[in-house]
Amino acid sequence: MSGLMSNEVFQVALWATVKVLIILNVLLGLVTYLIYAERKICGHMQARTGPNRVGPLGLFQTPADVVKLLLKEEFIPASANKVIFHVAPVLAVFPAIATFSVIPMGPPPMFVATDINVGLLLFLAMSSLGVYAITLGGWASNNKYALLGGLRSSAQMISYELAMGLSTIPVILRSGTLSLSGIVDGQAASYLIPGTRIPLPGWGIFHWYLVLPFVIFMITAFAETNRAPFDLPEAEGELVAGFHTEYSSMKWSMFFLGEYMNMIVISSVAITLFLGGWHGPGPQSLGLLWYLLKLFALLFFFIWVRWTFPRLRYDQLMNFGWKVLLPASILNVLIASVWIYWRANG
Amino acid sequence: MIPILFLGFGGMLVASALMVVLHKNAVTSALFLVLAFCSLAGIYLLLQAEFIGLVQIIVYAGAIMVLFLFVIMYLNLGIDVESGTMIAFRRGFGWMAGALLLLFAVLLARRGWSPGPAAAAMPAQGSGNAGAIGKVLYSRFLFPFEITSMLLLVAMVGAIVMTKARRPAGGESA
Repeated sequence: MSGLMSNEVFQVALWATVKVLIILNVLLGLVTYLIYAERKICGHMQARTGPNRVGPLGLFQTPADVVKLLLKEEFIPASANKVIFHVAPVLAVFPAIATFSVIPMGPPPMFVATDINVGLLLFLAMSSLGVYAITLGGWASNNKYALLGGLRSSAQMISYELAMGLSTIPVILRSGTLSLSGIVDGQAASYLIPGTRIPLPGWGIFHWYLVLPFVIFMITAFAETNRAPFDLPEAEGELVAGFHTEYSSMKWSMFFLGEYMNMIVISSVAITLFLGGWHGPGPQSLGLLWYLLKLFALLFFFIWVRWTFPRLRYDQLMNFGWKVLLPASILNVLIASVWIYWRANG
Repeated sequence: MIPILFLGFGGMLVASALMVVLHKNAVTSALFLVLAFCSLAGIYLLLQAEFIGLVQIIVYAGAIMVLFLFVIMYLNLGIDVESGTMIAFRRGFGWMAGALLLLFAVLLARRGWSPGPAAAAMPAQGSGNAGAIGKVLYSRFLFPFEITSMLLLVAMVGAIVMTKARRPAGGESA
């Protein structure tokens, strides 16, 4: 046993497993209460109270729902492609969890699962794999509404991915690294507004050439997570329930889980790229707290937007993605690169 | 550790690549191709080519294969039933390709699985190999790089022109 414990490979694997288990369980807990928060906030925005029967303040509503979903009968359409029908919900959750392995949640090495030198690319790769879950789920159900929802979503996610990728380039240009920990470190130092003595945090958002990328990133984040106003894949007015029409029980909740996990992941990436990561006033040990505060603020923003704006029409969505967001982000890459080059060499 | 992981990724790559050609359902074949790309990305990661590995996933698995799937789903291909006069030709071609592959395998096995002298290891940089690739791409290989991008642009414009021309004359024809 002692020989095994001193084995370096075994130690690496053991620590990775421990971190993965912690992240997984914390994420699941967060999602549970994110759903509760969404229902509460939505309720209050519509002059209702939201869930308030199960447990104090309705706090046990979501766990009760999970138990209900686990016990429900699982229905599989007779003409569905059985294997792909089963694989699709798994693919909905996996990319979100995989992305979380590179997000710095606090001061290293304690709160960073791994720091790979292409962390940002890992996020982009995983978000590009997220398309499969919805497309395949829609196709394997063998239902025309599900198929339409799936095809819509793949068109939407591919279109908005481009703008999302381009909106991260000014951040990379500024920090000179693709590692998410490196990007956070680059935002640690505060700076004075030129000509004045007012200090500003060094967060990405406080640099003028990163304001537009932040806006574009957040808009594309709504599209990538299929949240309103971009929730066309499941537009219930026209597509019944979109890609998950035929899904029930635990498989349906996997899609649901994936959506909420993606919200958490994409908010975390936005914090890492533009909002200074875990940095904030006070000692470094408060890092996790600052990260969580920023995370909750962004998640509230997601919920707020969902219950405020109406859904876009499909052609409006495509026009907006290709004719507004993409040119704007390309222009911004150009401006930011000229500015950064000029500051460095001019 | 790394040899074990290499065997795992390599085995997955070979198995999924075989399934791409052996499976009768076109959508499943496409999905196995995605799996093959992902295992190839894993091998790149083991070779410390993180940038190439992840770009492999972003470009091939995340973009190109999604479009492939799109097309396959639209065509709604049935299960491929072998029939027609082409089958003898196809079978013969398959045997020839297989024999060639076997020949390569035998040749490689005789050389101890290494086709040539081992390349010198790339020194690891702070920013990974993304910086190194960028520098080479935008200096020494700038011309081929730009030519490739022009080629893609021409293909894209061509595709748009071809689909526009099919519209009925009454509408906004190109």
